[in-house]
Amino acid sequence: MAQPVIPDFGEASECVSENRLFCPDWVRDNWDPVLQPALVQHIQLTLIAVGFGFVISLGAALAAHRLRFVERPFAWVSAVIYTIPSLALFQLLVPITGLTVTTVEIALVGYTLLILFRNTLAGLRAVPPEVLEAARGMGLTAGQTLWRVELPLAVPAIIAGLRIAVVSTIALATVAAFVVSRGLGGPILGALRLDFRTEIIAAGALAVGLAVLADVLLVLMQRLATPWAASRRSA
Amino acid sequence: MRERRQAVEIVFDHATKRYPGRAAPAVDDLTMTIPAGEVCCLVGPSGGGKTTAMKLVNRLVELTSGDVRVDGQSVRSLDETTLRRGIGYVIQQVGLFPHMTVAENVATVPKLLGWSKREAQERTDELLDLVDLPARDYRSRYASQLSGGERQRVGLARALAADPPLMLMDEPFGALDPITRTRLQNELLRIQEEVRKTIIFVTHDIDEAILIGDRIAILREGGVLAQYDTPERILAEPADDFVARFVGADRGLKRLSLTRLDELDLEPANGAAGPLLEGETTLRDALSAMLNDGARSVVVDGRDGTRRVLTLDRITELLR
Repeated sequence: MAQPVIPDFGEASECVSENRLFCPDWVRDNWDPVLQPALVQHIQLTLIAVGFGFVISLGAALAAHRLRFVERPFAWVSAVIYTIPSLALFQLLVPITGLTVTTVEIALVGYTLLILFRNTLAGLRAVPPEVLEAARGMGLTAGQTLWRVELPLAVPAIIAGLRIAVVSTIALATVAAFVVSRGLGGPILGALRLDFRTEIIAAGALAVGLAVLADVLLVLMQRLATPWAASRRSA
Repeated sequence: MRERRQAVEIVFDHATKRYPGRAAPAVDDLTMTIPAGEVCCLVGPSGGGKTTAMKLVNRLVELTSGDVRVDGQSVRSLDETTLRRGIGYVIQQVGLFPHMTVAENVATVPKLLGWSKREAQERTDELLDLVDLPARDYRSRYASQLSGGERQRVGLARALAADPPLMLMDEPFGALDPITRTRLQNELLRIQEEVRKTIIFVTHDIDEAILIGDRIAILREGGVLAQYDTPERILAEPADDFVARFVGADRGLKRLSLTRLDELDLEPANGAAGPLLEGETTLRDALSAMLNDGARSVVVDGRDGTRRVLTLDRITELLR
């Protein structure tokens, strides 16, 4: 068996030089220089992508909620983007925006649009007609109805969309390493080239852990934001 | 506490609503006056335009021609949100905001009108007590934790919250089971005794209209007013065949249900025979009691301990 080339920071442990399945000492030694910065970058990539995606989708969904003709073109474009494989999309963007974080973020934002748009619009449309009639009859303006009634009632659907968008963006953001060396994709890609098992597992586990944690946080957020939905569940 | 607002008069003045592309108007040249503080029931078959007519008042439906005046002011001259905030609105499906507590629902219009938090909260508690939902138990519940009847009570409290001089109610009890419906009908009457609003109450149930309405407006297909009168007169003298058919072949019995025994001037019993009834019993139930017992008279137990007699002949005389 060919001996893989292990990044050598002076004294590699026995575990590392034998490339055993998982070496805790390597993780300990490389947390500060490698893993932690990659994790932070990964969180940044994800937050920016989902943040922009959310703002764009919310705007589009609000527009489509008032003006029906907005729905089709936006749904169509976001669905087309969604079908493009990520590597291909990077390839398409690199000639325009280069090997930059911008390229990565444009692609990641693009992938969030479909799910966020669909869920937000579905949430807005699921508000019962009698609730809207009561709101109008009591003299709420269209804007007050939107902010005080329709959007709050769409929160569960919006958060459901955010959960999917966040988890899939965390997974997709590892592919960003092909364009720019940021995020957990960097260590994973590097370690794949070297067939260094500990680093693949450590960085991969961080990505999975991050996704699970983000999902749990969003569920908690929804519980806090929509106590009325909780009482409906238990009712 | 804010000063209680006076009820207002509503005038329909040749009010007409036509929908584009439909030959027959939904409401056709409706003219009637609802005096301040009275309950007017709009009844009629579906397609009679009763809900449309009601919605002309708060401009959920816009007039095609004619006018509707609230307290002398044309609804067309008012800003629609201001107009609506001054009118209580109750619908069959209630439409409580599911994401708000009972208290938040009730305080919706006061909040829109800029009441202080304390004022709104005091008003909310007062209203929940009025509709028989103890504020302490119900204030922080959500709609999903209420029964159908409780929801409509909250709907009623919410409509009354800003003390509007006028209420519009669109089949408010139509989706409730008969027992809950009867209970809420009686509570509405009790509340109306207390608050004295002008109420437009839409229903397809003539019995409900007879029970609740000070006046009844019967609309026929095409939104034409067939008769507008007190329940007594509609039952005694239906304007035409349509009204007679609509109020039903049992309108004689329905008239009997409008009168309670203690409202009559009866002879002392002097040992007369027959079932013993309370003073609150309606004439209709008294007649039923006679038929049940094969008796020709009933004895009424007065509150002062006196006993008086009601005979079958007297009932026929009353209907004449």
